[in-house]
Amino acid sequence: MVLAFQLTQGEFTLDIDERIEAKVTAIFGPSGSGKTTILDAIAGLRVPSRGTIAIGDRLLFDSSASRNLPPQHRRIGYVPQDVGLFPHMNVRRNLLYGRHPGSSPPLDRVVRMLEIEGLVDRRVPQLSGGERQRVALARALMCGPAVLLLDEPLAAVDLPLRRRILPYLQRVRDEMALPIVYVSHDRDEVRMLADHVLLLDRGRVRQSGSPAAVLP
Amino acid sequence: MDVWHVTWFSLATAAGATAVALPIGVPLAWLLARARFTGRSLVETIVSLPLVMPPVATGLILLMLFGRRGPLGRALSWVGIDVVFTWKAVVIAMAVMGLPLLVRTARGGFEQVDRRLEQVAATLGAGPARVFLTISLPLAWPTVVAGAVLAFARALGEFGATIMIAGSIPGVTRTLAVAIYSYAETGQDRAAVALLAISTGLAFAALWGANRLAGGSRA
Repeated sequence: MVLAFQLTQGEFTLDIDERIEAKVTAIFGPSGSGKTTILDAIAGLRVPSRGTIAIGDRLLFDSSASRNLPPQHRRIGYVPQDVGLFPHMNVRRNLLYGRHPGSSPPLDRVVRMLEIEGLVDRRVPQLSGGERQRVALARALMCGPAVLLLDEPLAAVDLPLRRRILPYLQRVRDEMALPIVYVSHDRDEVRMLADHVLLLDRGRVRQSGSPAAVLP
Repeated sequence: MDVWHVTWFSLATAAGATAVALPIGVPLAWLLARARFTGRSLVETIVSLPLVMPPVATGLILLMLFGRRGPLGRALSWVGIDVVFTWKAVVIAMAVMGLPLLVRTARGGFEQVDRRLEQVAATLGAGPARVFLTISLPLAWPTVVAGAVLAFARALGEFGATIMIAGSIPGVTRTLAVAIYSYAETGQDRAAVALLAISTGLAFAALWGANRLAGGSRA
């Protein structure tokens, strides 16, 4: 994955130049350091002023070639911080919204992996916080993504629930062959999930390396 | 007394005007709520103009556009369609006068839709049209319906623009509002009062319904 771009928003400038080979990359840093902006740029929701974004051999953004693939063509599984489930659809319709013939995994495989078999006919407002996280994760996987972007997936849940959801994230990491970019400001989580960490501060990568080296 | 015919004609033309305004007004409301484009303020101002201009002035503009010598009227007469002083003129006048209410109300509804949901839908592979039809419109639906009801109510009460472009031809273009004026002017007070009662009842029902719908969407 190539993340080499500059993105300016008002006073804030994000400047990043990283080539990442890891399976799970954690972006770690304080609030306002630009973590979510990186995910938005990969997803095509914010446009960098210049630079390159590529996943594998797919070029998503390249200012020198005037290439900017729209979000719907990027094949991104994005779980935002507030999970973003569609409240007017039931769980099944949420899961099938992004299904892509040919690249999507079978629904029952994803549903089994995240243990949401009993939820598929429920309405979104009936779900608990932890259930929402798992359904949002399943929906992102169901679009057959080339990369999974998780924006602080455990920030809104309390510690006991966090302990229950973490194994599901580890299962996704181990069973699905796709890179994951994971935003967090929890050291323990990062150590348990990631094999590479970008330490971000005020829009710049201060350190890049293994969790043991970056977050001793 | 053609009270019932006038009522029926007004309801039918107001419904027709709402049907004409919806496919124009709803996408326009969404664009004004979400898109950033050059000339956005100009579009916004033009759409709202009928709200503040004297209705007869709007009617005169329509007459100049759709009259036999107007650009649209001439084009339509080539294909055998006459607009001025027909029921079609009534529908056009009502649609133009109702459009600002529909656009302004629906726009508020679209602005309340969580933008993140539209963005997530896009990352899941949905293009702008699918995002609009499956996310934005269903979530803003109560406000869009409330806007349509307001536009319908405004159409029912339309007078100035209608009389300019459609006149007051009994049985052909005479609407509730125009008929009340005609009856009152010619001393037919009973008919005028009967129509007054009907139009008050319809306006009350429409406003009550719109308020309930808009209130429900905020709950």
